Amino acid sequence: MPSSLVTGNSLLAIDVGAANTRAVLFDVIEGEYRFVASGTAPSTAEAPFKDVSEGARNAIETLQRILGRTLLDSSRSLLIPSQPNGSGVDALVVTLSAGPAIKTVVVGLLKDVSLDSARRLTETSYTRIVDTIGLSDHRKPDQQIDSIMRNRPDLFIIAGGTDGGASRSIQKLLEPIGLASFLMPQEKRPTVLFAGNEKMEAEVKTLVGSLATSLHFSPNIRPSLETEDIDPAERELARMVINIRKRQIKGVDALDLWSGGHILPTAYAAGRMVRFLSKVYSSQKGLLSVDLGVSAAVIAAGFKNKSVLKVFPQFGIGENLTGLLNYTSLEDILRWSSLDISTGVLRDYLHQKALYPATISATKEDLAVAQAVARQALYLAMQSARRDFPQNAAGIKPGLTPLFEPILAGGSALNDASRPGQGLLLLLDTIQPVGITTIILDQNNLLPLLGAAASQNNILPVQVLESGAFLSVGTVVSPVVSARYGTSILRAKLTYETGVEAQVELKYGSLETLPLAIGETGKLTIQCLHGANVGFGPGRGGTIPVSGGALGVVFDGRGRPLDLPTDAVRRRELLKKWNWTLGGG
Amino acid sequence: MDAPVLHVIGLTSIIRERVLPISGTVHARLHQKVTPSDLIAETRWAREHVLLDVARLLNVSPNMADSLIRCKVDDQIPSGAEIAVGKGIFPRSVRAPRDGRVVAVGGGQVLMEAGETKMELRAGIPGIVKEIIPNRGVLIQTAGGLVQGVWGNGRIDTGTLVNLTETPESVLTVGRLDVSLRGSVILAGIVKDAETLQAAADLPVRGLILSSIFPSLLSKAREMRYPILVTDGFGALPMNSAAHKLLSTNAKREVTLNAEAYDRYTGARPEVIIPLPISSDPPPPREVETLAPGLQVRMRRQPAMGMIGSILTIKPGQTTLPSGLRAPAAEVKLENGETVVVPLVNLEVVG
Repeated sequence: MPSSLVTGNSLLAIDVGAANTRAVLFDVIEGEYRFVASGTAPSTAEAPFKDVSEGARNAIETLQRILGRTLLDSSRSLLIPSQPNGSGVDALVVTLSAGPAIKTVVVGLLKDVSLDSARRLTETSYTRIVDTIGLSDHRKPDQQIDSIMRNRPDLFIIAGGTDGGASRSIQKLLEPIGLASFLMPQEKRPTVLFAGNEKMEAEVKTLVGSLATSLHFSPNIRPSLETEDIDPAERELARMVINIRKRQIKGVDALDLWSGGHILPTAYAAGRMVRFLSKVYSSQKGLLSVDLGVSAAVIAAGFKNKSVLKVFPQFGIGENLTGLLNYTSLEDILRWSSLDISTGVLRDYLHQKALYPATISATKEDLAVAQAVARQALYLAMQSARRDFPQNAAGIKPGLTPLFEPILAGGSALNDASRPGQGLLLLLDTIQPVGITTIILDQNNLLPLLGAAASQNNILPVQVLESGAFLSVGTVVSPVVSARYGTSILRAKLTYETGVEAQVELKYGSLETLPLAIGETGKLTIQCLHGANVGFGPGRGGTIPVSGGALGVVFDGRGRPLDLPTDAVRRRELLKKWNWTLGGG
Repeated sequence: MDAPVLHVIGLTSIIRERVLPISGTVHARLHQKVTPSDLIAETRWAREHVLLDVARLLNVSPNMADSLIRCKVDDQIPSGAEIAVGKGIFPRSVRAPRDGRVVAVGGGQVLMEAGETKMELRAGIPGIVKEIIPNRGVLIQTAGGLVQGVWGNGRIDTGTLVNLTETPESVLTVGRLDVSLRGSVILAGIVKDAETLQAAADLPVRGLILSSIFPSLLSKAREMRYPILVTDGFGALPMNSAAHKLLSTNAKREVTLNAEAYDRYTGARPEVIIPLPISSDPPPPREVETLAPGLQVRMRRQPAMGMIGSILTIKPGQTTLPSGLRAPAAEVKLENGETVVVPLVNLEVVG
């Protein structure tokens, strides 16, 4: 057993989601940090409760019952630090994704430069862009003021001007913002983040400082035309989002107090963990995390020199579901359904689920609709996120998903899949990974909590990650090839530790699996046919070590991009067959 | 587990906030008895603004422009009035392009509100003013029946309730609407076409209470000037039996239909209030209930979506549902005698 590096402090992590609040205990077991248990309760941000701390207390009470350990005192306050009798915990961190999307106005100079960077910054949190103001905006200032007044934003994100560069144009853009803020009641004035020309700080303070609820500055996200640096502003924005939530949702301030200020937006915490892991893994491939939940779809990707965090409330499978049709069609959603469902039934479902986001699928038919919706939402999120992946990210073919190792998946939509095979197929359909990758299911949604914990305790995330708290679904081999349906595109041989061998021949359009249990390892020898490319080059094979997972080694020969048959009957049969192959039932 | 409560109650105390969206003048007095049509507060609201860049128009510095501006904040300016006059033998002037009120002056600019309209807030429900919210509105207390819904088109009105439904599954069609229904609030069942909504507007009615509405009709419903409240959801859902029974037995009474949009964060919900005479204040409705055997509940999702039943047992631990998901669940006996297993998160208490 490795010697312990830790002092034995227990840490409670609370995740306040739109539907559920979870309390997760990490503690030292046999000298190393482990995920001990988690308790869940419905979230209470919404009426009639309207206090997120209530849901947190309920989740902690559930955890108490599971652990047989007291964490709350008689007045239901958290016992912190831990007591000599073993009750309580030593530290608390909180992540928060509950709450309506934060209405944001993005301001910048040029469309393809600062406005684009400001948009990317805005998409790192739970925001919804309600207006964009830039130099190419042909509206008069008074029309811009009217638009701001109509939209009633919670937040302005202002970028523009290289350091020491343009200032007059930015001043001009700030005028309608200052005037609109002036016209709003004091308590409704937006928060402002200025992430532009650093030399303008004093002028910005003069123009909007007294008119904003609070004015924040971050280093310029576009210090030069060629350079973009969003990370420091992303950190500042995360802090601002928590402050906005304190104003919007009762109980956030109580959790902030309990945690000593260790409270982060869930997506930001997940992004921080992905950034950390991508540095630890330090491979040529990127590292990807996807999370599809009620409040948003979150894509976090770490590449060699860049990390990307994208938060899409519009693709969350909760209250924003009715808006999904602004980005897609009913037919495009139904292409993922293995059941013959009418567009009317789907439309009703979207509206009904938006009314009650926390409800879950109780029947098979309902689950089929829910999974079709989840597929399209995650597919759209992935397509949108890909646009901001670095151009030089390692890949097999332009226009396809870059190479990732591993892919981490979490969120209620993925964990609601009743079998790992269902969740895996959802990921393969939407992310459409290429080459060879490991898929890991974050079944307890620990990733953001570990990201939040890292600020308190940097050993904990590493040790918990290595402890097997995540479920390895399997190694996936997805060749990129152009072939006719039914053509053999790959042969593979899996040699187990015992020396036993298993073989598979993958035909274009099909899925195959080879069993390799969790904890087992083997050697996988791949022979590519018809120019298929799994990352070794067209037609080139190789031998790699592989680790086991719930589904062993999965071969996805359905082609990239995945092209579903247009014939509805044949498509539904194929979807059923694929689901069956992966044990999805 | 605690669950939210959908209020369908024959008699309860109801306290409702009626406030202006922006600051204004409150006319109502504390303890005043109000009828639905009584004016309780009003304000003026300008939807548009006019920004006059005097410095640029007169080609002077902002400081110079400030000294040339002849209006001050709160001045009412008629269209064409001089806002600022330049210097020289033939001075240029800046005139107001529209009627408006000056809201800001400085930096060589004048900002005016234009297109001002008067906004009047009426009581909406009969009752007693229980509290004055300074510059915004009042809290009104009343007593009576209460039926909450899930969707509203943002309108409010009062009228006599007329029942056009034979059963909770009834569909309202154009043919059912005739001139005798003018000025009524109609208990109407399912609406499947835009023509029916329009025909109700043409009468006009004072409101529609629907069990469900096709999502494709929502934008049309929002355009209607009369209130539309949906009790159960979207598509072709029958009205839950509790709401149907309470509403149909109160036909011919005056009701207030507040089709306020559902807001999950504030708790605002569309609702029908049936004011009733009382000798003493009935208890207020409970907002949260702990799920337990015997409670009347409504299914918020399949199976039996929209149906009412009573909890037989709360199953211990996690239950594997027909979908394969595992969740805490209850066994619920529906009104048709059938028993279903429903995840607790899919239930809401009715009462």
